[in-house]
Order: sequence, then C-alpha cells, then structure tokens
Amino acid sequence: MPSDPLVAQHVLEFPGGYTRTTGPVVGRFLSELRARRLVGVRTAEGRVLVPPLEYDPATGEPVTGEYVEVGPAGTVTAWTWVAEPLAAHPLDGPFAWALIELDGADTALVHAVAAENVKAMETGMRVWPVWRDRPTGHITDIEHFAPEVTKIVSPVRAEYRLQAGGSLRVFLEGVARGVLLGGRCERCAKVYVPYRASCPECGGIIADTRELPDTGTITTFAINNLPDPRAPEVPFVSAYILLDGADIPMIALVADVPAHEVRQGMRVKAVWVPESERTASMANIRWFAPTGEPDVELS
Amino acid sequence: MREVAIVAFAQTRHTGHDTGLSEPELILPVINEVKERTGLRRFGFTCSGSCDYLAGAPFSFVSALDALGAWPPISESHVEMDAAWALYEAWVRLQHGDLDSALVYGFGKSSLGDLRTIMTLQLDPYYLAPLGLDQLSYAGLQASALGAEREELAEIVRRSRADGRANPYALDLPDPEGDDGLVAPPVTDGAAAVVLAAGDLATRLTSSPAWISGLAHRIEPHYLGMRDLARSASAADAARAAGVGKGPVEVAELHAQFAHEEIILREALELTGDTVINPSGGPLAANPVMATGLIRIGEAAQRILDGRNHRTVAHAAGGPCLQHNLVTVLEG
Repeated sequence: MPSDPLVAQHVLEFPGGYTRTTGPVVGRFLSELRARRLVGVRTAEGRVLVPPLEYDPATGEPVTGEYVEVGPAGTVTAWTWVAEPLAAHPLDGPFAWALIELDGADTALVHAVAAENVKAMETGMRVWPVWRDRPTGHITDIEHFAPEVTKIVSPVRAEYRLQAGGSLRVFLEGVARGVLLGGRCERCAKVYVPYRASCPECGGIIADTRELPDTGTITTFAINNLPDPRAPEVPFVSAYILLDGADIPMIALVADVPAHEVRQGMRVKAVWVPESERTASMANIRWFAPTGEPDVELS
Repeated sequence: MREVAIVAFAQTRHTGHDTGLSEPELILPVINEVKERTGLRRFGFTCSGSCDYLAGAPFSFVSALDALGAWPPISESHVEMDAAWALYEAWVRLQHGDLDSALVYGFGKSSLGDLRTIMTLQLDPYYLAPLGLDQLSYAGLQASALGAEREELAEIVRRSRADGRANPYALDLPDPEGDDGLVAPPVTDGAAAVVLAAGDLATRLTSSPAWISGLAHRIEPHYLGMRDLARSASAADAARAAGVGKGPVEVAELHAQFAHEEIILREALELTGDTVINPSGGPLAANPVMATGLIRIGEAAQRILDGRNHRTVAHAAGGPCLQHNLVTVLEG
C-alpha cells in the first residue's frame, strides 16, 4: 500500500443539460410564469394546486382543465434559514427557504425568500415575487420572494442660493484671509464670533471688529454615528469651541483625535487648508485638532 | 401468505470517511458473513439496493455483483433505493412459492461526493431541483412545519449518538456542540446483508427466526408543498397495513435521519413510551445511505435472532422529508 492515498477527481455532468418535455399541465404553469403570471390548476374536488400537478395528490384523480390565477403574494407557512448558501442556491447571501401559500391556492409553493436577516422571517409573513428580467419559462423566472413592502425610504433634497451680504460677508472675507473676526459690544463688553452687526443681549450696534486667534477650548461636544458628507469619518465629533478672547462658543468639527478621547476643557486649534485652496468659506477650516496643552477648567 | 423469516444479518463496521475500498470489497465481508452464518452458498433469489448517484457511475450495482459469485447465472434484481425495498421485493418473490431463500444486500459510500447536493437530484426536475434545494434545506422546512422544541430535538441527537458509541458498527461521534439547531446525519460508508428463508428452511437455519409478520410500504406526493410535512400519513398507513398496533412493540428501529423525523414517526407508528427507539443509535449515529433502512430491519431482527426481544418494528424511508415509508413487524 502506498503511504499517500491515491485520489482522483471525478465529475458527473450532462453537457448542455437534459431536455425534458413538460406535458400540458407543468407546461401551462411554466408558460404563464414566462408571462409573469402565477396559476394553479383546479382539482375535481375544487382545490387549487400550486404548482399544478397532473393528478390530485389527495385522490389520484386527473385534475380539471381549469387554470386559476393565484398570488402573486402569498403567506409563509414554514421556513428555514440558510446562513451559508450553496453554489446551486438562487441567492448568494443568507436567505430563507419557505413554503409559500399563494393567495387563492390550497397548497404551498417552495421558493427562496430574500429577507434582511433571520429575525425578519416568521411564519405567517406576507411575501411577493421578484421576477427575473427576461423570464424564459422556468421556476427560476421568479428570482426569489421578498417580504411585503411595509416601509419605504423617501429622499429629500432641495437647493437654495445663499448670498452673504452684511456682517456674514465681513466674517467670510476674514476667513478667506485666514483670520477669524469677532465683534465687541461696547455696552455689554462681550465679544461675539462670528462677527455680527448687533448685540443679541442689549440690541446695540456693534462697531468694534476684532481679530481672534484660531485657538480655543471645547465647552461641550457630541459624538455623531451617522455619516455626514462634511465629516472626515464616522463617528465624528462636533463641538462648541470657545475661541480665546471670545464670550460665545462657535460650532465646528473636531478631528485628529479618537472620538472617545474628546472632552470638555480640551484645548484645540483650527486646521486650515493650504493658502492656495482658500475661498470665502468656512471650508477653509477642515476641523479643530487638539493642541496638547493642559485642559482648561471651565467656569 | 407464506411465512418468511430473517435468518441472518451482517453489517460492516461503518466509517465516516472513504477507506479506499471498492464497492465489491465493501460488501464481500458481509456477504461471506451471512453465508457462513446460514451455511448457504447459493440463494434462490438475490436483490440489492443502491444508488448510482452516490458513486456518480451508471450501473454501479453491476460491478458489486462481483462479490457474489454470479456464475453460473443467478436470479437477481436491483432497486435504485434503500435496500429495505430490495428486501420487500425478495419477500414478494418468495411469496411465489417456488424458492425458499433470498439474499438481500445494500451498500453506499456517501463520502465520495457531497450528499447534501446529491440528494437534490432526487427532487423533481421542474419545480424543486432547479432551485438547488438541498437535503438540509428541505429537512429544515419539515422541522419548521413540525415546530418541535429545540431541547427535545437535542435530546434525541444526544441519545442516538450515545447509543451509537456503544454500537461497534456505528460511528464514534461526540455530542453535538452548542445549540446547532438542525443536526445533519453523519457522512457514512457501509454495507449490510440479510438472508430471508421461507417456512421450514427458516427453522432449519436458525433456532430463533425473526418472522416477518407484517410488511408494507406507502408513498405520498413528492412535492413538499402538497402535503402536511408535520405528519407522515404514509408511515401511518404502512404501519396500520403491517399491523404494528396488533401487539406491544419492544424495540423500534426508525430510519430518522434528522431528530424531528423521529418525533413524526413515533406519532405515525403510534409508538408508546414503553418502546425503545433506535437502541443501535439509528441513522444519526451511522447513515450508510441505501443500506440504512435495511440496517434498521437487520438490527430489529437481530434482537429476535439473539433472543433479546419477541416483537420489534423496523422502518425505512425514501424520498424527501419522509415521502415514502416501509414498515416491517418482526416476531419471534
């Protein structure tokens, strides 16, 4: 005996597949399927068999010539979850096999149900067929069944044209130069950033413009787990940052630090885009990043 | 009706892997064993059960005849299904009255291919096979239709595997780990042989023949959605026709490849808590496809041949989800 086993690979295959005649009953079902209709056949006792058979399985009698349109929706009467599909299965990802009693049928059709996960499956659930693009008269003309529609996603999008005149224009022109402009109310002795024309506290006119440094302290923050096109990654941190010399915090992104390490009192500094890329926009500041200085005690 | 008995039974020590033996080499020892046990060198009729799709070679049963000594020509037949049905054919042949002995054997090497997908080929080519529905999938649908408790199913698997470990012919399988849900029957290579004898010959060959007092098989629609998968009407019909309920059943060997099938069969055969189910470990402990059903009959008969029991029942199944059921009642 050789020490290594002598093993040969051997394949059984019928090149091109078997040609099979369907007969009038199965043929009718498959022809209707090609036209994206589901039909059953009525037995002498009045039951509707889906898929149709040539005989009544209960009595052995031939079925009648009456075909009845059923479905397309149906109810799952039993199901089993396939976590790892085989090559021959109709779906590549996890799915369920189900017995589906189509509306108007007295027997159940076996087919695949594409559900998001095993928790989305239950006996009694309603499913609808999803058809192949070009039906050919084959049971796989139904790609699979899918759970009944119970929710939809509605996209919302509206476009606006904003014009920066007045104080916003003053502030953004500063940002274009790499400078953050605030305004100081003479009466209240408070510095507001971004620059504004009037004091929100006393209503007085703000005439005094002053440049503020791009360093500050985080007063509060939020960790966001939903993606946002403006954010560097998920999760991202948005924070209120009290710029040094300002009395009102400004909202901005915080990055270059793991989200769970962001804290109140943390010292941060603006990360600007290169000068050549700057425009009159807050996009000039990518985000704020920690400076590494000791935390500040917030009053 | 002629009185026919099982007078000898032999099976291989089944393996969970391909040992490299050819099919004639696999069956030769069991044929020789029943020949020695009965002293018979020739049989009036020979019938075997196997499936060409297991080996992927047409007429693979013909080469298995090499193990028999088929020259001068013997009276021989074959069923392309479990050898329990070969036993049924041999029993019918003995009813003709002109022959007194029959050799029945079955064999299968399910290690050669992927049994899960090979069993897809037994489904109808119009509605089921094109979907690629595999053996585990349709068993899963039946388990869902029955809706049995997971703990009850797990206990059946644990009991079967423990019994299998105590059976030198079955596989030495550990308890399934965790809560796996559907436990598939093991891949198994093996063979079995039975000798039938009619009337006086049976009592001359052994002091305690296992008389076949009832034997019947019934079938249901093939398509899974056309029947109530939670019940087995055909197993119940076959059990009634074979007369299972005419006396107490000490032991029942059931061809239950999945735990939920045992629950369905216990109900169909109306077995009570007094009946010991699958003391051999059953198909969950060794499942040489095409011989598994005949082994159920052999195991049930052996208990009578050994004098351990007086009335036992064996069940064999074919087709998807217990479509076709054969029930044998054996009495000492």
